[in-house]
Amino acid sequence: MPVIHKSYHVTKNDFIHAGEASIHVKNLLKSLNYDSDLVRRVAICGYEAEMNLVMHGGDGELSVDVSQSKVVIEVTDKGPGIADVELAMQEGYSTAKDEYREMGFGAGMGLPNIKKNSDEMTISSEPGSGTHVTMVFFCKG
Amino acid sequence: MKVKELAEKFDLKVVAGHRGLDRDVKGGYSGDLLSEIMGNAGLGCVWLTVQGHQNIVAVAVLREMAAIVITGGGSPSPETIDKADSENIPLLTYKGSAFELAGRIFPEFP
Ligand SMILES: Nc1ncnc2c1ncn2[C@@H]1O[C@H](COP(=O)(O)OP(=O)(O)OP(=O)(O)O)[C@@H](O)[C@H]1O
Ligand SMILES: [Mg+2]
Repeated sequence: MPVIHKSYHVTKNDFIHAGEASIHVKNLLKSLNYDSDLVRRVAICGYEAEMNLVMHGGDGELSVDVSQSKVVIEVTDKGPGIADVELAMQEGYSTAKDEYREMGFGAGMGLPNIKKNSDEMTISSEPGSGTHVTMVFFCKG
Repeated sequence: MKVKELAEKFDLKVVAGHRGLDRDVKGGYSGDLLSEIMGNAGLGCVWLTVQGHQNIVAVAVLREMAAIVITGGGSPSPETIDKADSENIPLLTYKGSAFELAGRIFPEFP
């Protein structure tokens, strides 16, 4: 199977379209008959990273590379970055504004959800220049 | 049980996503923190929440939920209705609390 690469532009503060890139990726994997557990995990992680870009990051993109052995999702933004990644990874830590908390965001569970549901996760960030999250999902068997 | 039957039995008003009414309901989940729902809700569940903004639809699609019920007398925004219609996610409303509705629905899913 050839490697499929797709990328989607994601816009900061665009709550109307937030989640659509992840829905596209999920539909793509389903149409390629990927294992349902893998599709579920990719959907959770893609959504969380996409929402983080919309809420905390800056304009950027979500890309997916699909091959026989693995699925790789990368989410990159040119936002403010994260000063202390270790702290941001802790469950319950959130800098979400009150208006977002009222919408049910800001539980500080997004990054922990990604950690839990991906096989590999790397997050690199420089304050002032943006954030890059890579998530790898290995196909079974 | 289909979403349609659930709606009839428990007096839920269908406000959008009518094309999804034949979805099978496999269980339920309740909560208002989207990332908590994302991490823990089961596939095919009916989701009870007070949130009515458009992002609940993406959560329901990505978790492959059967339906969303907005509890506590709240109503969805127009954007939420449009999204639910285009994604075929049934969007229902209920006047009482999530606690009350969950208690009534729970015995259906032993
Ligand atoms: N792309 C990003 N750019 C800048 N800061 C980020 C980014 N992603 C995450 N963060 C920071 O890390 C914190 C923790 O992120 P996490 O996704 O775990 O929680 P949250 O987004 O605040 O809440 P939740 O995901 O539960 O709705 C955020 O509050 C924010 O401070
Ligand atoms: Mg988050």
